[in-house]
Amino acid sequence: MTVKVQSESFDPGQLLAKLCEDNSSCGAVASFVGLVRRGSEDVLAMTLQHYPGMTERQLLAFEAEACRRWPVERLVILHRFGRLLPGEPIVFVGVTAAHRDVAFRACEFLVDRLKTRAPFWKQEETATGSHWVEALPDDDIRAERWD
Amino acid sequence: MRVLYFAWLQSKIQKDEEEVTPPAAVKSVGQLADWLQTLSPGHAAVFSERARLRAAVNQTFASWETPLSPTDEVAFFPPVTGG
Repeated sequence: MTVKVQSESFDPGQLLAKLCEDNSSCGAVASFVGLVRRGSEDVLAMTLQHYPGMTERQLLAFEAEACRRWPVERLVILHRFGRLLPGEPIVFVGVTAAHRDVAFRACEFLVDRLKTRAPFWKQEETATGSHWVEALPDDDIRAERWD
Repeated sequence: MRVLYFAWLQSKIQKDEEEVTPPAAVKSVGQLADWLQTLSPGHAAVFSERARLRAAVNQTFASWETPLSPTDEVAFFPPVTGG
């Protein structure tokens, strides 16, 4: 189990390979990688701010919640902060389990929790200036499915 | 009491944190917000938009009714956008 908040970039392939390594008990590995999107507004960069201390607490709580709900074998949550360029990875979530149902569901659950309950805020830079990204009501609705 | 601000609140208040001593009558997050609102035009601008704000007490999400004690760490911020 690994939960990490860092500014440095990461290699999603390496993280996924690690989850697959020496893992004959798991029939399923599900993962999610979030990337900075250039989007229709032509985003030049995105700066992620977070609440040090609370972020780590929340991520550990999500991990504990996922393990309580499903027979997860291995779990990785890695979330970046700082200034990121379009195409760069922001977040990696990986889950291994005996069967695919658990791996898919736990992975989706963790991504929904990150979207709505992890204290991160995104500021986008475009050619006309920078602005804070508003939370999407759809994300709340998606996250409520797990309550 | 330590108060932290995140995202657009920081530029309006021109601080990312401050140490405050609210009057004894301030006993909840909502009452703290009411009192902070009186400190400066920047504070007033932030705390007049209560519907756009969320709060945490001691690094746990809180509501406006959450009770406070003088040693608490309180944070105010817009709805989160992680992931």
